[in-house]
Parts: sequence; C-alpha cells; structure tokens
Amino acid sequence: MLSELPLFPEQASSLAPEIDNLYFGVLAITSFFALVVVIFVVYFAVKYRDYTGDKVGAPVTGSMPLELGWSLIPFFISMGMFVWASIVFFHIIRAPDQTLEIYSTGKQWMWRFQHIDGQREINELHVPVGRPVKVIFTSEDVLHDLFIPAFRVKADAIPGRYSAIWFTATKTGEYHLFCAEYCGTQHSGMIGTVFVMEPDDYQAWLGGGGATAGGGTMVQRGEQLFTQLACVTCHLPDGSGRGPSLVGVFGSMVTLDNGTTLTADESYLRESIMNSQAKTVAGYQQLMPTFQGLVNEDGIASLIEYIKSLQPGAARVASAQAAP
Amino acid sequence: MQTMVVESPVNYLNVRHSVASWLLTTDHKRIGLMYGIFVTIAFMVGGIFGTMIRLELTTPQGDLMAADTYNRMFTMHGVTMVFFVLIPAVPAILGNFVMPLMIGAKDVAFPKLNLLSWYIFVTGFIFTLTAMILGGVDTGWTFYTPYSSQGSESNVLITGIGVFITGFSSILTGLNFMVTIHRMRAPGMTWFRLPLFIWALYSTSLVMVLGTPVIAITLLMLVLERGLHLGIFDPRLGGDPVLFQHLFWFYSHPAVYIMILPPMGVISEVIACFSRKSVFGYSFVAFSSLAIAVFGFLVWAHHLFVAGISPYSALIFSFLSFAVSIPSAVKTFNWTATLYKGAIWWKTPMMFALGFLGLFVIGGLTGLFLASLGLDIYLTDTYFVVAHFHYIMVGGAIMGYFAGLHYWWPKMTGRMYNDSLGKFAALLIFVGFNLTFGPQFILGYLGMPRRYHMYPPEFQVLNVLSSAGASILAVGYVLPAMYFLYSLKWGAKAGANPWKATGLEWTTQSPPLPENFAETPVVTEGAYAYSKREMKVA
Repeated sequence: MLSELPLFPEQASSLAPEIDNLYFGVLAITSFFALVVVIFVVYFAVKYRDYTGDKVGAPVTGSMPLELGWSLIPFFISMGMFVWASIVFFHIIRAPDQTLEIYSTGKQWMWRFQHIDGQREINELHVPVGRPVKVIFTSEDVLHDLFIPAFRVKADAIPGRYSAIWFTATKTGEYHLFCAEYCGTQHSGMIGTVFVMEPDDYQAWLGGGGATAGGGTMVQRGEQLFTQLACVTCHLPDGSGRGPSLVGVFGSMVTLDNGTTLTADESYLRESIMNSQAKTVAGYQQLMPTFQGLVNEDGIASLIEYIKSLQPGAARVASAQAAP
Repeated sequence: MQTMVVESPVNYLNVRHSVASWLLTTDHKRIGLMYGIFVTIAFMVGGIFGTMIRLELTTPQGDLMAADTYNRMFTMHGVTMVFFVLIPAVPAILGNFVMPLMIGAKDVAFPKLNLLSWYIFVTGFIFTLTAMILGGVDTGWTFYTPYSSQGSESNVLITGIGVFITGFSSILTGLNFMVTIHRMRAPGMTWFRLPLFIWALYSTSLVMVLGTPVIAITLLMLVLERGLHLGIFDPRLGGDPVLFQHLFWFYSHPAVYIMILPPMGVISEVIACFSRKSVFGYSFVAFSSLAIAVFGFLVWAHHLFVAGISPYSALIFSFLSFAVSIPSAVKTFNWTATLYKGAIWWKTPMMFALGFLGLFVIGGLTGLFLASLGLDIYLTDTYFVVAHFHYIMVGGAIMGYFAGLHYWWPKMTGRMYNDSLGKFAALLIFVGFNLTFGPQFILGYLGMPRRYHMYPPEFQVLNVLSSAGASILAVGYVLPAMYFLYSLKWGAKAGANPWKATGLEWTTQSPPLPENFAETPVVTEGAYAYSKREMKVA
C-alpha cells in the first residue's frame, strides 16, 4: 500500500539530502506560523462568539510593540531562510572542477544525449555512481527543462544557449527524467530514465552496446567537422590566420573589439559559431560567416569538445587526441 | 448611523426597466452587476475546463482526451480564470458597486468611461471565447515564446488580442477608481477614515494603471512576432526567448496582487463588521496594501530562477520576494488580533472570511518555499507551484470574493439569502479546496511536473484524492448560485443594514437609490466606530 502512496521522493544524489534538509527546515518554520495563526483564529472565534449580533467588541485598536514585533521577527527569520537557501543554491549551480561531461539536446519531444566517447542515446541516460556528472544542454526548438527529481536538479533548455546541471549520483538504480517546461503536444511524453551504474558496469556499457559504431569520439567528430566546414583555413593554430587561434581558448579570458572581456565558455563558443556577427575578438576583422543551419546541435557540441581539446601542450592541432 | 432609513419605492434596479437602460447605464451599481454576469459566465466556463483537467488526471494514462485537447483545457482554464475571473471579480463587481457608496459619492468620477471599460471587457471576452470556439489555444496561460511565437498551431493570435483588449478595461477602471477616491470623498471622509477596502482598491488601481500597459505591449510584440517574424524572441534571428518571460512576469506577478489585494480589503471589512471592532492596526493594514503594490513590481524574476538568469540577480529577486511576504504577514496578524475581545457574530460572510484566513496562510507561507532559491530550483514547474498559487488565487482571492459577495448581496439586491446554506457552502468549499490542492503539495515534492497529460503510475493515489476534492469543491460553488437566485424572489427583505455594520453603504436603503444617497452624507468618525455605539460591550 505504501508503495502506491509515496509521500517523499527518493534521495539519489549528493545534493538531495542538503535540499531535503532545507525543505524540512522551511516546513518547520512555516508550519509553526500557520499553526499559531490558525489556533488563535479558532480560539478567538469560539471564545468571543456572540449569538445575537447586538454586542460590540472591546475598544482595542492597535499596539505599536505588537506591530513592530510581528513585522521584524518574521523579517529576521525570513532572512535566515534566505541565507540558508542561497547557500544551497550556490551548491546546486556550482559544479565541481572535475566532472564527467555529457552533452544533451532537447527537441519536441525527446532528449538526445551524447557522451564524450561518442556514445549516443535517446531518452536514456547512463551515468556512473559516485562521480560528478555535468550535463550541458540546449534546445533545438522551443523551451524544455531537464528535471531529474531523485537528484533534485532542474534547468531550462533554451534555444540559442547552453544550460547545465550537475550531480553526483549516490545510489545505483533507475530514476525518472522529466521535461518540466511545457513544450507542446507531447510534453508529458518527453520523459526518460536515468540509469545509475557501478563504475565497472558503466565502463562495460561505454564499450558495449551503447557505443555508436563508426562515429568516433566527440573530439574526433568535432575535428572532422572543423575540416569539413573549413574552420581550419582561418583558425590556424599559430594565430597567423584570418581568425584567432583556438588553441587554449576554452576557459580563457577573451578581449573583444569593443574593449570588453569575457570568459570563453560553451555558450560563447556556440554563439560565435551560430551568430558570428555578435562578438568580434580584438585585433580581428568581422569576416566569419554564420553557420546557422549548416551544423546541427550535436555537431556544435562536438566542435566545442574539439576546441576544448586544443590545449597548448598538444603539438599539432591535427593530432589532438581525445583525452577523456 | 443607527437612524432609521426612510425607504423610497424607487431604487437603482426598478428606476428603469428597458434593456437599453442597462446597456447605456452609467450607474456604477448597474455596471458592477453587468460585470458580475460575465465574470460568472467566465467562472463557469473556466470551472468546466478545470473539471475536465481533474477528470483526465484520475488515471495515469491519457485516456479521456488526446494530449492536444488536454493542453488546450489547462490553457483555457488559466486564461479564463486569470483574465476574466480573478482580475475583475472583486474590483470590477464589488469595487464598482460599493466603492462610491463607501466614500459617500453619487458615482465614480467618470461614469461614461466606466461603461466604456465594461464594453472593452466584454469585447475582449468575446474575442477570447471566439478563440475557444474555434478550437482554443495550447500555449499555457503564460504564452511562453518560442512555443507561442513559432511552435503552436492553435489560436494564439485571437486569444492574445482578446487579452490585450481586456487590459484596457483594467487600465481605465484603475484610473477611474484612483480619481474617484481622490476627488469624490464625502465631506469629513479623510484618508484615515476610509474603509480598508478603499485602501486596497486604491493600491490595486496603482498596479492596474502601471502594470497593465506592459502586458499589452508584450502581447502586441508576441502577436507581431508570430505574424511577421520580427525576431524579438527568436534566437535564430538574434532574439531572446527569455526576454518574453521578463516582460510577461513584470506584469503578471503584480497581477497576482491585483487579484489578492481587493479580496484582502474585503476581509478587513468583513472581519471588522462581524467582530464588532475596528480593524487592529488600521494604518499598518492600510500601508501594507501600498507596500505590497510597490514591492510587487520588484519580484518578477523569481519566476525565472531556472531560466538561465544570472545567479546574482537571482539572489536579489529572492531577497525581495522574502521581503514582500512581510506586509502580507502583517495583515494576517492584524486580522487575527482584530478577533481578540470581539463580539464575533457567526454569519456566512464571516465564515468565508475565516476560511480565507486559513487558506491564505497556507498559500502565503508556501510562497516562502518558492522564494528560497535552493528549494525553488527543485519545486518550480512542479505541482507544488500549482498548489501554491491555487491557495492564493482560489483559497485567497475567490474566498475573499465570496465573503464580499455574501456581505454585500443584501445591499445589492435588497434580499437575504439562507444563512445556514451559506455557512454550509463555506464549509464545503473549505474542505473541498484543501482536499483538492493539499495533495498537490506532496505531488510537487515527489517531482510531478505541471501541465502533464500523462504521469507515472505512482502518482495516481494523490491525483485521485485531488479529483475527489474537486467534486466537493464543485458542489460548494454551485450551492451559492442556487440560494442566491432563490433569494432574489423569495428572500427576506434585507433592510438598510442587516449586519448592523458601520460604513456609509449601510446608511442608504437596500437596494440603494439611483444616486446612492438622499442627501450627501457627512462623516464624523473613523471607518469602524463600533465601540462608540450604545450597545452592550461583550
């Protein structure tokens, strides 16, 4: 019977206990205030009941100490909740440094996942237990939202930019994966399953049926696209080309021609490919064409992974190897 | 105020009978009733959509209707209830009817503009109804882009235009109320002698006048984007889909206060009357309305915590969302304190008001979960949010509207309804409401997303409970319609002041004269001067 009437969701990530503690904390505080009000209302309504309607109440019109008390005390308590919840929030949005990265694209009405080693899957996501995983995702059409209740994580998938969620699964098993942002007719069918596996099983899965034959790793696919789309003709590794060198660009500070600086993250690289007119690196001319429509979301993710792999240590661009 | 009222055989209802005398009336009381007819129709239409939603969700499979139909159901439920019930119910029906009476005026400042507002409202409603008859709309009442601008194949344009038009009704009503409250108060009716309902209406009017143009512009941009592909919201043309959410919520969060502030004003009136006391901390209750109206404009982005906004702006909006809860808490504590040492008369309006307190407390406090950044990430877009805003909008706003309707019904119609049936309806609504929306908090924390046509089977028991509650709620809403209609013909005569209340509206006959008062009243005391009466102190 209890299995048919769950009252509390499964805790299957390192963040889940922290969020649940906050939930119970806020629940305790708010229940206290709700009870105080309800008890006083019921008590007064019964104690001071007048059946005739002919009496009048005592001339009590207000009290400054009470007003100050019930303004300030709730305010300070709410500030406590604000601080606590904000600390938890930063734990939710700040991924640790070393994460296993998985790319995803939402489209009406499915989730596609792409692993660094090249495996692709739809509406299923295989991850190892105990290791921080970061899912970097976007949408191909309308808004979606990647939501895994057992991990307590959620973020909107927004066309034209990247979002990310991160989690460290703590329990092997199968968990729901939902689209939580309304996206049209089959919104409630845009669901899937997260498979949390022991590291050994995960390695076996990576090497086995999950791998898509012939595609190569994401870096290899990105390298192929880098040549096919002729990116290679301008973005020479030594910086002598018409475009800036991309070696070591990921994660670095980039100075634009209008003097502003930014960190080259996934969203910046994506924008520079799809909407190349938007920002120009200082010292270069705005020559790059847009690749909107010429490369799909999976291709962009592969290109970005390839650009990430271009580190100064690698001798030649063409020989950059996948370093998962 | 206890003097006998000399009854005139002529009142605002029987002074003229022709259809034209209604359609061309500039009498605020008649206009209030005419809003009442359309809002009641909208409430029934929206209620039918809501019933269909609850019926579909009794089973995990999508077996009653197709996914597309379900999506249209919840969209039209939201559009109808928000724009044609919750926003106009208290200000346009009760506000129009009693506000000039309460301040001792003959009418609003611009009676013809008031009639125009009604025609604009009806035009917008007809557009929206047309869209529904043509097959409806499936974007959700929030019209989020790019689904609404590119994806949806439903009647987004006509619905958008309908809501756009209706907005002007709000703007003009807000303007009319503000001018009326500034310029038309009876001699002696100083600001701090105003009933708190007037303070609430004034604050609401501010939000209507300042906020509604933003939703009008936003919907216009959506219509243009959809029709002409301008690229305001389309990322492929350099637009930003999240910009729509900022603009939408810049109005639609303050709109929540348009829905809840006037019912809060009603609650102040009803609690004062049936406790036979002045509202505790009058000026704190009055100024908390203004504070809510002002701070309500500064919290919109708390709807966007998972939509990729900067974490630092999320911090600021979370802080402000906590801050805006304080004035509501202050009101609640003051209402509770008003009961202390009162002489509490258990009549139907008071039962609705006490029900309001219970439900509003739950609705307001669950808002703190959603203001908490670390929890909102998990809870947003789940049934927790659905439960929360129904506690505010139905548990709060509709309970408040029913409290007000039962309070002023004798004034509007001159007749009394059956008090026992009224109390029974209040009880049914309170129980049915909690059974409908209480389980949805648990469903939300379990992770059930909103706007789901099908759901995993482990959520079924709670969904069945919720649907069962909805059937009780439905009976609770049909019952008042029956005893109100019955009272029109067979109800006992109400007399000028059946509740023995203070307030200028109770000094004139029921139903009131066409021009409200036989002679302009002069005010010499505060709004709730019960203790000055020569009656026995409880």
